[in-house]
Amino acid sequence: MSRIGVAFDKARADGRAVLVGCMPAGFPTVEGSIAAMKAMVSAGVDVIEVEIPYSDPVMDGPVIQKASDIALAGGVRTADTLRIIEAVAATGAPVVTMTYWNPIEQYGVDAFARDLAAAGGTGLITPDLIPDEADEWLAASDAHGLDRTFLVSPSSTDARLRMTVEHCRGFVYATAIMGVTGARSQTSEAAPILVSRLREVTDLPVGVGLGVGTGAQAGTVAGYADGVIVGSALIRCLLDAPDPAAGLTALRALSAELAEGVRHPQR
Amino acid sequence: MSATEPAPAGQLPDAAGHFGRFGGRFVPEALVAALDELDAAYRKAMSDESFRAEFDALLRDYAGTPSRLYPAHRFSAKIGAQVLLKREDLNHTGAHKVRNVLGQALLTKRMGKRRVIAETGAGQHGVATATAAALFDLECVVYMGEVDTQRQALNVARMRMLGATVVPVTTGSRTLKDAMNEAMRDWVANVDETHYLIGTAAGPHPFPELVRDFVRGIGVEARAQCLEATGALPDAVAACVGGGSNALGIFHAFVPDEGVRLYGFEAGGEGVDTDRHAASITGGTSGVLHGARTYVLQDADGQTVESHSISAGLDYPGVGPEHAWLHDSGRANYLPVTDAEAMAAFELLCRTEGIIPAIESAHALAGARKIAPGLAAELGREPVILVNLSGRGDKDVHTAGEYFGILDKEQ
Repeated sequence: MSRIGVAFDKARADGRAVLVGCMPAGFPTVEGSIAAMKAMVSAGVDVIEVEIPYSDPVMDGPVIQKASDIALAGGVRTADTLRIIEAVAATGAPVVTMTYWNPIEQYGVDAFARDLAAAGGTGLITPDLIPDEADEWLAASDAHGLDRTFLVSPSSTDARLRMTVEHCRGFVYATAIMGVTGARSQTSEAAPILVSRLREVTDLPVGVGLGVGTGAQAGTVAGYADGVIVGSALIRCLLDAPDPAAGLTALRALSAELAEGVRHPQR
Repeated sequence: MSATEPAPAGQLPDAAGHFGRFGGRFVPEALVAALDELDAAYRKAMSDESFRAEFDALLRDYAGTPSRLYPAHRFSAKIGAQVLLKREDLNHTGAHKVRNVLGQALLTKRMGKRRVIAETGAGQHGVATATAAALFDLECVVYMGEVDTQRQALNVARMRMLGATVVPVTTGSRTLKDAMNEAMRDWVANVDETHYLIGTAAGPHPFPELVRDFVRGIGVEARAQCLEATGALPDAVAACVGGGSNALGIFHAFVPDEGVRLYGFEAGGEGVDTDRHAASITGGTSGVLHGARTYVLQDADGQTVESHSISAGLDYPGVGPEHAWLHDSGRANYLPVTDAEAMAAFELLCRTEGIIPAIESAHALAGARKIAPGLAAELGREPVILVNLSGRGDKDVHTAGEYFGILDKEQ
């Protein structure tokens, strides 16, 4: 079983959800992103999701777009992302990578899988790669023992849910609302329905993302999902801070609040 | 002859939207249901006589097609070829794009959706979409890069007059690609009630096929008009290629005619050997952008590179996947035309024919001028070149005026 699977099993045994925290690689700098991710781990984030910055992130809202732009303007390369993953994986926390497909295609699918595995990454979350187009990735992830997390959505048909989970390994990513990433005052009513539909077709852990920004919201999502995925709210801690130290302080505080939230599932 | 004659069966793409290794669907799962719904509605409509009759009537009575084929004698004499202009610039709204928007607006109604969104570069597709939205009583939101709203201010006003909301996009390079990103984000969030009326033969399946089929009437008409006017098919067909809808529109009916050379002219900007151009096929590499695998201007890490062209409508770092396929298969030839070459052809058409072309279309005219000597040498006679005059130049008067330095100071 992958390190992600172990994390989900352990959390399930503890009667809580896994907290997945997302941060773009190279934001605000390569070293700054390593420090941020390590701070998240030390404050209670269970799994780190490293997003490879991409010039055209169509699934992401303004916060991740801005952070990605800052990372790219700083000159971050795909090879730097691998270095970041290696540094964060050394903490012992599972590190999963989220990426739009083109950077992987340009690196070389098998070469990236090989180097990701060597860096200690657990696998990929692929927001714009559906299993229908994923033959090369299916083969490469098998060859290098990596997890595959495809997304499902409230609009997915039952047939597509079944097909998609058959191709997933590690966990499934349920997009809670129809829309791009970004913290919202309310998470959706569609999410619990989607998760219960997933329970009918798979035993894989289900992570729910898009919209969570507070400990209370994390507790609500933990009530029906195995993993709570938070991105924009954590990133905003760094974006809004007057200086890097204040950013890390805010990031630690929110991480701790969310970690507390996932320990109090609201059922 | 019908503008809505269906494409012959058995052609690409396959059922999953692949043109060889290009095309497909590289999209969030959240959009798959909507793409499937669109695909089903489109196939049902194309096999439905009443849909085709309605579309035909609109194209004829509202858009003014078939557009004329005009032998441009004075321009021809200057370039050493017999040039036949397919006058898409005379369509309602001033470009070929009206064909696509009428088809998609009809589909939107059939799907029971009440809102359309669109991206636009030069503003031509935005104006066409706003026009169709007014005609069909649909809510309309147009995403336009902030840079483009400035270079095409007149079209912004036209869209607003037609009742559309124009949203200036301030992310990334603030041009067409970023407008497309914003439109995709809107679509993901509002997909139940909204149709994304994509403006070119690009994006995820079924858009490349659907848009092509809605504009392929250009070539169906032109082929028959050429035969009638000259008794033969043309030696070559020339069109500009940004996303590539006008080029596919005029190429597609000629693809089986092996003797007819197909030429797509990309925006070479300041030259494909510089970093300021928009020639995705001649200056790019295979990658994934906006939902499909195609040729993309990108760096070694797969980050999209900003494109440049004097023509806002060609200023896009990708290209429709069918063009990528036509290039790889060798059936069509793609060549770059620089800003300067395009503007010289723009001026020549103005002065010889009294026609102000869109700067996009001027790339096709410049391309025809470029290939004429070689074709003449090869054929041993003056070649016949069919050029898609895909749009009129009213929107470009300010850009051209600045380029040629003919504006009075206070303007």
